Amino acid sequence: MSSSVQVQVGAWSGGRAMRTTNQTLRIYFNEAKYEFLKLLRLPIYAISTIAFPLMFYVLFGLVLNQRQTVGSISVATYLLASYGAFGVIGASLFGFGVGVATERGQGWLQVKRASPMPPFAYFLAKLIMSSLFSLIVVLLLFTLGAAFGHVRMPLATWAALAGTLVMGALPFGAMGLAIGYFAGPNSAPAVCNVLYLPMAFASGLWVPIEFLPKFMQSIAPFLPPYHFVQLALAQVGAGHSGGQWVHIAALNGFTLLFLVLAAVGYRRDEGKMYG
Amino acid sequence: MNIQSDIEYNPQDQAPGEVAAEFCGVSKCYGQVPALNNVSFRMYPGELVSLLGANGAGKTTAVKLLLGLAAPNQGRIQIFGENPRSTQAKIRVGAMLQVAKVPETLKVREHIQLFSCYYPNPLPQRAVIEAAGLQGLEDRQFGELSGGQRQRVLFALAICGDPDLLFLDEPTVGLDVDSRRTFWQQIRALVQRGRSVLLTTHYLEEADALADRILVLNRGTMIAQGTPAEIKAKTAGKTIRCTTGLSIEEVQAIAGVSSVRPQKDGLEILTSRAEMVVRELLARDASLANVEVVSTGLEEAFLEITRRDSANNPHESKMEVAL
Repeated sequence: MSSSVQVQVGAWSGGRAMRTTNQTLRIYFNEAKYEFLKLLRLPIYAISTIAFPLMFYVLFGLVLNQRQTVGSISVATYLLASYGAFGVIGASLFGFGVGVATERGQGWLQVKRASPMPPFAYFLAKLIMSSLFSLIVVLLLFTLGAAFGHVRMPLATWAALAGTLVMGALPFGAMGLAIGYFAGPNSAPAVCNVLYLPMAFASGLWVPIEFLPKFMQSIAPFLPPYHFVQLALAQVGAGHSGGQWVHIAALNGFTLLFLVLAAVGYRRDEGKMYG
Repeated sequence: MNIQSDIEYNPQDQAPGEVAAEFCGVSKCYGQVPALNNVSFRMYPGELVSLLGANGAGKTTAVKLLLGLAAPNQGRIQIFGENPRSTQAKIRVGAMLQVAKVPETLKVREHIQLFSCYYPNPLPQRAVIEAAGLQGLEDRQFGELSGGQRQRVLFALAICGDPDLLFLDEPTVGLDVDSRRTFWQQIRALVQRGRSVLLTTHYLEEADALADRILVLNRGTMIAQGTPAEIKAKTAGKTIRCTTGLSIEEVQAIAGVSSVRPQKDGLEILTSRAEMVVRELLARDASLANVEVVSTGLEEAFLEITRRDSANNPHESKMEVAL
């Protein structure tokens, strides 16, 4: 009885306590934690993002092309960079694209937006989740490469490659975000696949770009994964042409473009309600 | 409660204390389609207001505006004197919306923990679980729950922050009768603790059973507001059912009859002067039988109000009443 009286007084006193900084930080932490758990328990996401790059790597890097080289480095090393890129792109594109499209289309995002959750926590959680899944894929690939592909590199090179790969969560997360705001919940997985697989192939993620037909080599620079994989390859000494800054600039440009597209979609989405 | 709703009836009067929600001259269009037209109302602490209307009447639009999910084209909306989009307003508000899908791989406990951390003074998790009737389901993933259990999780997320103002948009859709009664008890308990609740519903019985005040929306316009008793009094008041040889037109012509509807075996007559009409019926029809006079339920009252409103605006398309 006394507690209910207290509550009533609280309600009438006007203006309740705001969140403390600690409470706000906890929101960001919990949001990211549950975003990660949510997808870890979703077999279609967890298995396809982690298993496919590993499977391809085992097949093409460890079983079929033993003791072969691309330029001066072994296939096992080369494909570590390219399937690493493939994995990071998949985790980010699907994590953001399918995630946002689904939660937006089915009304869940609206429940979140009606709550006092800081909106940025939602996006940051997805970025952290994509980065974590990317890191998992990369570390598993490294383990396979070192254990079965005889990949030997200085520790600094391993670290530089891992860092470069995980950073890819940013541009491809942005791309996924743009897809998430334009695709519906049912079409988003298809849209992601239609972009992901051909783009990965044409950018030389499956087969080194040198082995692709000339015309494909000429369109590759217009595809974001090309610049990403070139940046990753540069870390292991297999960079293509041009300095790294070209690829960094290109990726920054693509990221900006995707974020602008996502912002347009976000505004359009809000416009349905904020008209 | 009645005092507050009387005050609300005279908008000039100043209510004591704080206003939980203020909806002042609000209009909202989606493109060319008007959803709300110059609607005004207030909600006070400890008051349960029910927003009643057919599909497309503008109930969900009103809730979205109050939650800051949409901005009005005209008018002013405040939650405890703040912009509904501000964090100050949002930490005092909880909402249960109609959602097609909730992330299915998180457990009930995890969903509640996440939403609780958005609020500065959340309820203890145990209290939330109990209030929502989710005991024993804490470790189930959302995807494994039945329809009714899912509704209860959404209710738990709405109340876990111990909000002062709660929006419930068609909360009992898909619940069985028992769950609905339990749910009503929980809502009453919240109101007794001084919380304000805005409930939109298709179930007129629900509004009648819970609301201190009912707002009736029809095609975006507020056509009536008052206590359930007042809403009923606004209409014909009594329903007479009888078997008679008279035609509908003949009955319609009797003074005091506001409407006549054919029933399976006879007529249903809505009137504000039941005694006079019965006397007249007996005088005109010696074969009159099976006479039954009952108070008009809220459902009939609601149908009557919306029908009358639609008849007064015949240029508008005829609305369908969903019950």
